[in-house]
Amino acid sequence: MNYLTTIVLLGTSALGSVAGVLGSFALLRRRALMGDLLSHAALPGLCLAFLVMGQRHFAGMLLGALLTGLAGVVLITIVCRFTRTREDAALGIVLSTFFGAGIVLSSIIQHRPDGGAKAGLESYIYGQAVGMNRQDLYLIAGVSLAALSIVAMLFKEFKVLSFDPGFARAQGWPTWTLDMAMMGTLALVTVIGLPAVGVVLMAAMLILPGATARFWTDRLGPMLLLAGLIGGATGGFGTLLSAGVVKQWLGFDPLRFGDTESNLPTGPVIVLSGTALFLFSVFFAPQRGVLARLWSEMRLRRKIGRENLLRTLYELSEPALASPAEISIDQLLRRRAWSRPRAHWLLWRATRSGLVAWGPGGARLTQPGVAEAARLVRAHRLWELFLIRGAHIAPDHVDRDADAIEHLLTPELLGQLQTDLAAAGVAAVQIPPSPHDLSRPDLSASTEPDEEPPRV
Amino acid sequence: MSAPPLEIHDMTVAYHRKPVLWDIDLTVPEGKLIGILGPNGAGKSTLIKSVLELMPLASGKVTFYGQPYARQRHLVGYVPQRESVDWDFPVTALDVVTMGTYGQLGWFRRPGAAQHEAAGRCLAQVGLEPLARRQIRQLSGGQQQRVFLARALAQNAQIYFMDEPFAGVDAATEQAIIGLLQRLREGGKTVLVVHHDLQTVREYFDHVILLNMRLIAAGPTASTFTTENLNRTYGGRLTVLDQAAEAVRRGDRRQ
Repeated sequence: MNYLTTIVLLGTSALGSVAGVLGSFALLRRRALMGDLLSHAALPGLCLAFLVMGQRHFAGMLLGALLTGLAGVVLITIVCRFTRTREDAALGIVLSTFFGAGIVLSSIIQHRPDGGAKAGLESYIYGQAVGMNRQDLYLIAGVSLAALSIVAMLFKEFKVLSFDPGFARAQGWPTWTLDMAMMGTLALVTVIGLPAVGVVLMAAMLILPGATARFWTDRLGPMLLLAGLIGGATGGFGTLLSAGVVKQWLGFDPLRFGDTESNLPTGPVIVLSGTALFLFSVFFAPQRGVLARLWSEMRLRRKIGRENLLRTLYELSEPALASPAEISIDQLLRRRAWSRPRAHWLLWRATRSGLVAWGPGGARLTQPGVAEAARLVRAHRLWELFLIRGAHIAPDHVDRDADAIEHLLTPELLGQLQTDLAAAGVAAVQIPPSPHDLSRPDLSASTEPDEEPPRV
Repeated sequence: MSAPPLEIHDMTVAYHRKPVLWDIDLTVPEGKLIGILGPNGAGKSTLIKSVLELMPLASGKVTFYGQPYARQRHLVGYVPQRESVDWDFPVTALDVVTMGTYGQLGWFRRPGAAQHEAAGRCLAQVGLEPLARRQIRQLSGGQQQRVFLARALAQNAQIYFMDEPFAGVDAATEQAIIGLLQRLREGGKTVLVVHHDLQTVREYFDHVILLNMRLIAAGPTASTFTTENLNRTYGGRLTVLDQAAEAVRRGDRRQ
């Protein structure tokens, strides 16, 4: 890896990291598109600064970018307040207007006879990280350090402001000033990132790391830390990938673009790396990930199936519980709307956990099975009684309603139910008799969530 | 502290130049549980928000114990409406309650063991200590409301403003909350509550403030919560009136 690549690597990592941290706040405050606005509105500022100074001066042009970027933010506030335009519409209008003005200005500059083409303005639109030099790196490092220090110092203030601005203000925090500090820092970071990532893709640098980090943690501090790490890592990795360093390490070209001389554009590769990590999190994060949610839904379904099986067996053998009779699958299927394979599968699982003995003659509850089933039947019937007495649901409708909820009842709630029912004059027996006719087929099985399990 | 906890003089509040509250003149007595009542759009929340300087006053003056709010913030606790925040925010119940201590901490200082301990005690007071480490989305509506209450307790204030703490909570939570408010009152605190359910007014509140853009009446519940005053507050809203009449009738019978 050569010297120039090292500079770019350090620069994009620092940028990715600080953009991830500040972007997380924007995300949590539902201002994810603020970065997009800031970067697009910065373009005319870059051009105007070049026109005023007459040469390519990094810091000067960034100042110009910052000014028009913030002007865009202020303009949105004004448009919303005085013209009854909604915020999203105002954002779209202001963003495209400023971007259009920027494109017009940059094309004027490029066609000037005095070498306007050297302004390198087109590099700001799509970004050109390879153009980064040592001075640029110092500026990026300085701004990143300052921005991170601000966040570290004002962490508590930013936290309460982001979560509950009204409360923060009532508590005496100058929320307007804090907001300006937060958004100003965000603007500064955005503008510093423009030369490397470009106007169009800067928003992704701000949003992706925070959105990814949110999948893995439920607390603000860890989320910011993780967003910083993710932003820095994808920034660095994207740079290496686009500069062909990864290709050298691997000894082959993972992206298979053939020509060894042409590098891929850094900004887009960084963004795509970030997207890859985001997608990975969408699927594989614990709790919030798609797979984790599918898994817990499946477990709930399995639990409900098992409980319904045990309860049905219990009710079918209720006349002689001491020595439960064998129940055939057909008997079961008359009571519940299961498919035959599902009934088989449920019986197989229950047999494996020792709750049911299943032979050629049919299935029978074992002693542990009777105990477990008794617990379930008690929950079901207590809930049914409660619905009949408390919610005045007719006894012949109550089974279905109880079916939907009984799997989720906690022991405390059951205790409470029993107490309430006892107070209402229902004898506090261990298992109350069923309040409705059991001989009739139990159509409530249709509520069994092969389709839609109850939301927890 | 001889000055009353809250005095409002000639307060008018406008929203988009349309006045929402007109000429409110009000003195709130110390150590009472006070209900703020009125129909939708009567300006109940606005009353709270404007005395807490969350909305600008068009005119008038508000004092807490004789001083402007800016000097008395430390004496004031606030429970906003539950819908006012994003419950998916990455914080735990304990984090939220700890925010109540931020005011006493001041700039730049991070909450430490003392603050977390205080926040834990406040959570315990609302019966949520076991859920301290839960992310707030995983709490029920009533539990979320109690988290907000605990945060106000952590502010360790003298006068509390609560914007619809009973909205969307179950009966058991409502009982727990009212019990807590009564304990606050026994501790000499003043509590103002925006309330909707006229049936429970007599049971819950010592004083009532009846509001419908103007101040209709304010005073002890027994003498102020009358059919006539409710008529003036709720105007021609028949269903509400029926409810009110029923509430008053039951109250009269009890006395």
